[in-house]
Amino acid sequence: MTTLLQFKKVSKQYGSSTVALSDVNFSVNEGELVSIIGPSGAGKSTLLRCINRLIDATSGEIIFDGMDVLSIGRRNLKKLRTKIGMIFQNYNLVERLSVFENVLHGRLGYKTALVGALGFYHEEEKARALEILKSLGLEEQIYKRCDQLSGGQKQRVGIARALVQEPRVLLADEPIASLDPSSSKVIMDHLKNICETFGITVLVNLHQLDVALNYSDRIIGISSGRVVFDGMPSALTHDAIRQIYGSDPDGLNLNVERPKEVAQKR
Amino acid sequence: MKQHFLMKKRLSFLGFLLVLVGIACAAMTMTQFSIANSFSSIPKAMIWGCSNFYPTADSFTNFPDIMLKLQETLLISIASASVAAIFAFVFALLGSQVTKINNTLAAFSRFIANVFRNIDVSIWALVLLFSFGQSSLTGYFALFVASFGFLTRAFMETIDEVGSGAIEALRATGAHRFSIIFQAVLPMSMSQLISWVLFMIETNIRAATLVGILTGSGIGFIFDLYYKRMDYHSASLVVLAIVVSILVIEQISNYVRRAML
Repeated sequence: MTTLLQFKKVSKQYGSSTVALSDVNFSVNEGELVSIIGPSGAGKSTLLRCINRLIDATSGEIIFDGMDVLSIGRRNLKKLRTKIGMIFQNYNLVERLSVFENVLHGRLGYKTALVGALGFYHEEEKARALEILKSLGLEEQIYKRCDQLSGGQKQRVGIARALVQEPRVLLADEPIASLDPSSSKVIMDHLKNICETFGITVLVNLHQLDVALNYSDRIIGISSGRVVFDGMPSALTHDAIRQIYGSDPDGLNLNVERPKEVAQKR
Repeated sequence: MKQHFLMKKRLSFLGFLLVLVGIACAAMTMTQFSIANSFSSIPKAMIWGCSNFYPTADSFTNFPDIMLKLQETLLISIASASVAAIFAFVFALLGSQVTKINNTLAAFSRFIANVFRNIDVSIWALVLLFSFGQSSLTGYFALFVASFGFLTRAFMETIDEVGSGAIEALRATGAHRFSIIFQAVLPMSMSQLISWVLFMIETNIRAATLVGILTGSGIGFIFDLYYKRMDYHSASLVVLAIVVSILVIEQISNYVRRAML
């Protein structure tokens, strides 16, 4: 298995005192589904955004697919971003446009300013977008405006937009935090499926520990900007959970099958 | 303790009120303004208005002239608002927190917008009179500059409000700045932007009357002309024409707004 992404001593500081990430080290292999868990404000979102430089890390080194992310120029940054798909907690769609247009937005990174501004897309790109929409079960919604969709449908449009980029990695920032349990399951199943069938690496921020345990190949636990756990779901002990969330797992009202059983089932 | 706290609040409010009344009284004595006189003059003004300020059959001979000037005013108002909107959109993009290129440019564009917005349209008209003289062009520029300042500010807030979510998502795909503006910012804010432009056109038509008096053009000029000739019947016809046209424009823009939603 090849390493796709590597964080070496990455830190991020806002202003002079607020530390969002400090000395973060980890690596992600190609085709893995990795969950990043931790309490609110631990730095999970910052960590994901450092990978595609929506946020610039203050120091350290981030290697993605052999590229030094922090030192690349503007043109290469654009190229880097086309390889990284991203989905968001609030879907971040252009609500007044149709599903189809929103999905095609995933192709904008491959276009020049003028072509992108005018919104010209190749026939192959349109065909690919339709194919992806069908595979996500959205064929009925293609020409609907996004503000008419349910949360679960919107998130699937978000996934389609990311997939149409043909990315190497998919970053998911709290993808199910605003969804009901059944929509959440649909979204997580899709992410798992994308990882297994297309071999796309998936990095997902979660605050549902049970979901992380059920779906991930590996879990990275973050607490106040530091990696405090990095290992298989089965290795996530009560002690580790206490270290991540700062409180006892019994008090967290978790509805989790024992991690070991889950690992065996898979 | 708590009672004391509430009492203190009440006392400070009372004190504030007393200061306000004091200032008002001082101002009235200084300007020799009398409330009694001003109220008693209202009926007198009403009587004068009813006996002089109405259009007669005679004044309708001026109707074609008035319509011509009204048309000029309407066109200038619409042109100034729509051209200003284009410039304002560019400056709003530079100044908005979610689409800015860098902080220096953002601060610069905010500064420009504030300067242009905080100087009233009548002042712009007077200032521009020196350079362009009494012509419709001066009126146009005055309305343009004031609209530009206001619309930049309004557009900036609209773009800030529609949110950074989709913009962030498109940045993450590697899209170029122009792609983001045309594919996300514009579709999200378009209806509100148009709504602001319509509002600006309405405001400009109202302001055009005053600007016209100052710059000697449009409907304001012709009102001034009749008024100074003491042809009050024709002047009242001008007022009537302005009121009717504002009402019509308001109806049209309301219709456009509804149709867009």
